Amino acid sequence: MSTDNHYDSIIIGAGPAGLTAGIYLARARVKTLIINEGIVGGQIILTHEIANYPGVENISGYQLAMIMKKQAENFGCTIINGKSVKSLELENEVKNVTLSDGSIFTTNSIILSPGGRSRTLGISGEDIFKGKGVSYCATCDGDFFTDKEIVVVGGGNSALEEAVSLTKYAKKVTIVHQLDHFQASQYAIEEAKKNSKVNFIMKSSLSSFKGNESIESVDIKNLETNEITNFKTDGVFVFIGYSPNTEFLKDKVELNRRGEIVVKEDMSTNIEGVYAAGDSITKLYRQITTTVADGTISALSVSNYLEKSRINKN
Amino acid sequence: MLNTNLKHIEDVVEYNKVLKENENVMLVCGRMGPMCIPVYGIAEELENDYKNVKFCDFEFDTQEADVIRKLPEVRGFMGIPFTIYYKNGKVVKATSSIQTKEQVKTILDKEFGVK
Ligand SMILES: Cc1cc2nc3c(=O)[nH]c(=O)nc-3n(C[C@H](O)[C@H](O)[C@H](O)COP(=O)(O)OP(=O)(O)OC[C@H]3O[C@@H](n4cnc5c(N)ncnc54)[C@H](O)[C@@H]3O)c2cc1C
Repeated sequence: MSTDNHYDSIIIGAGPAGLTAGIYLARARVKTLIINEGIVGGQIILTHEIANYPGVENISGYQLAMIMKKQAENFGCTIINGKSVKSLELENEVKNVTLSDGSIFTTNSIILSPGGRSRTLGISGEDIFKGKGVSYCATCDGDFFTDKEIVVVGGGNSALEEAVSLTKYAKKVTIVHQLDHFQASQYAIEEAKKNSKVNFIMKSSLSSFKGNESIESVDIKNLETNEITNFKTDGVFVFIGYSPNTEFLKDKVELNRRGEIVVKEDMSTNIEGVYAAGDSITKLYRQITTTVADGTISALSVSNYLEKSRINKN
Repeated sequence: MLNTNLKHIEDVVEYNKVLKENENVMLVCGRMGPMCIPVYGIAEELENDYKNVKFCDFEFDTQEADVIRKLPEVRGFMGIPFTIYYKNGKVVKATSSIQTKEQVKTILDKEFGVK
């Protein structure tokens, strides 16, 4: 076992969960490596302004992520960025982690924190019209729709809040939702309902995007009657929830039917020495505060596990 | 100025100079926002691998960026960043909104060939 490529702990994913775990472990003098695909910070990079992280008044997700990264590195954590974990061997005491570039690392413990991503509709035309009318970010692209008519897909807090925020630009916003009720806070529902620019099409879903250079219309299917109606629109904003990034963990650790990692109170999984934290685990609320808490618990549990393994060996 | 490690283009004179001096250019025109930051990050990561390509950025909300916003190739674009690929000063490809590293690499390999 090469000591260069061996770590006491490897964390997979550098979102707030992984970075927090990295801060705690490196500070406890545990030789720690974080491997991250994409940009360090994970989904918080997608947030223009974070107003609900205690102790910090209005900070961009990017800035918060850079502070967390600096903290982890200053305590001695190594971060490999831009590479994904391709395969894992978790059964033995020493675990193997293979990256997308073929490099192999070994470790005594693992924290899985691959987080999640926004769901896409997966219907015809979505990829073609991404950036040409289809958007997943109201704050980024809202101004392209000034005085235009748009559709917002979804029925949760994000969909309703973003629909209201888009009325700053658009002259008409139509929310299309598959159920007959919203799964959002009463406040978000009332704000949307009292906004005169917001309209609702319930029990319906989008079935395709149509247009030339950019979107011109969408097909909307009534889920009760199966009738499809063509609806003219200049743009579509999609806010339909989230999927965990756990495809690479299938058959490696226990996942629930939604693909979330099943953990115990101490963030341990069904495999010894393997822990998990953040948005990818089974839990009710996915926020930076909850994710940071999971990261802390997983790191403290790993420290404890490593210490116990050391005592047992002596 | 955008907070990236890429070469920043701030005016039309510099834009023309970069296009004249470099055979292959990838230019990301955006803001410091959620859809743009990942694309700057990808460009920064690929800078080492694609020595034959000049990677740069341009701030979207400036008067000077009209030179990008008015390109015929971005007609219909309604998502930032606008990412433009140039060969010998001519636009060979343009994309709108966030892209994955794989999508960017596919374009670089197709348009600019071997690294
Ligand atoms: C648009 C938006 C706005 C939000 N706003 C707020 C807000 O205002 N306040 C708040 O508290 N929360 C907010 N959230 C939620 C918050 O961002 C998440 O709860 C949090 O980022 C989850 O952290 P995480 O570390 O579990 O996962 P993530 O942030 O998803 O990070 C996971 C990281 O792991 C990487 N990864 C995935 N698979 C692999 C692999 N195989 N190998 C290596 N790396 C991998 C990913 O690329 C990513 O970098 C928002 C979320 C979104 C999408």
